[in-house]
Amino acid sequence: MNRRRFIPLALFGVTAAFLAVGLTLDPRELPSPLIGKRAPAFALPLLHQPDKVFSHDEMLGTVWVLNVWASWCVSCREEHAALTALARAGGAPVVGLNYKDEAEQALAWLGRFGDPYALSLYDREGRLGMDYGVYGMPETFVIDRKGVVRYKRVGILTPEIVRERILPLVKELQRA
Amino acid sequence: MPRFFLVFLSVMTAFSAFAASPVSENPDLEKRVMALAEELRCLVCQNQTLADSHAALAIDLKNRIRELLREGKTEREVLDFMVQRYGDFVLYRPPLRATTALLWAGPFILLALGVTGLIVWLRKRKPPEAGVIQ
Repeated sequence: MNRRRFIPLALFGVTAAFLAVGLTLDPRELPSPLIGKRAPAFALPLLHQPDKVFSHDEMLGTVWVLNVWASWCVSCREEHAALTALARAGGAPVVGLNYKDEAEQALAWLGRFGDPYALSLYDREGRLGMDYGVYGMPETFVIDRKGVVRYKRVGILTPEIVRERILPLVKELQRA
Repeated sequence: MPRFFLVFLSVMTAFSAFAASPVSENPDLEKRVMALAEELRCLVCQNQTLADSHAALAIDLKNRIRELLREGKTEREVLDFMVQRYGDFVLYRPPLRATTALLWAGPFILLALGVTGLIVWLRKRKPPEAGVIQ
């Protein structure tokens, strides 16, 4: 009969365990349905040369990184240093997707903080952003040689994520 | 005073109707857009439907739904379009899958546990002695 005394304690333990797990999950981080699937196709003008259209199949055969940003996105400035480090590491070209922005402001932003991108796509209407399921900028994708999305990060890149997740993944994909 | 209040109320109601007036000229289409928007979650403000939200992304998505319907897509195809991009999470009524099974079955499991517990407890309880009730 004495065991009964521990029932409330056990219930408390179970509740606490559920809450502990629940509180450490980030509801903003959604599993991307794009992982393992072909990256959405595009043909978009370049931010620096609006008369030139760049299409997705020009990236086939290369492991590359797509980074979605805008000049109005405050956290994009926060990840700028880590993103620049990623671009400098030279593992994979970083393509910028300038999302729902004014070209003039976007160019001024790059001029002011430095341009880490191998090239920048200009998505004025946010159409391609929608195809990539962008909902919380900045967002970063790693895409393999065959054009399949292998990794997605919603939110700012940190030096740790670049060093421990992205660069090793790029290396691994390049060997494959 | 009550009369003033009535006038005020009717004016405000009229304005709210004005504010909610359909964006496109076709009320049937607008009804379909809104019905779909009620089914979809706003990704930026996760506890709101697309219909409730005024976030920039929600507005873009509502416009996209309108476009897709105009192109002759069915309701099912529009929902698929959203799921392909944002995952099952955009649906307010998630489909039954291995990953969502607990979500669907959980309440019934809890109910069954509760009922079993109650039955066990009731059976164990000694019937009150005759002398108690008098």
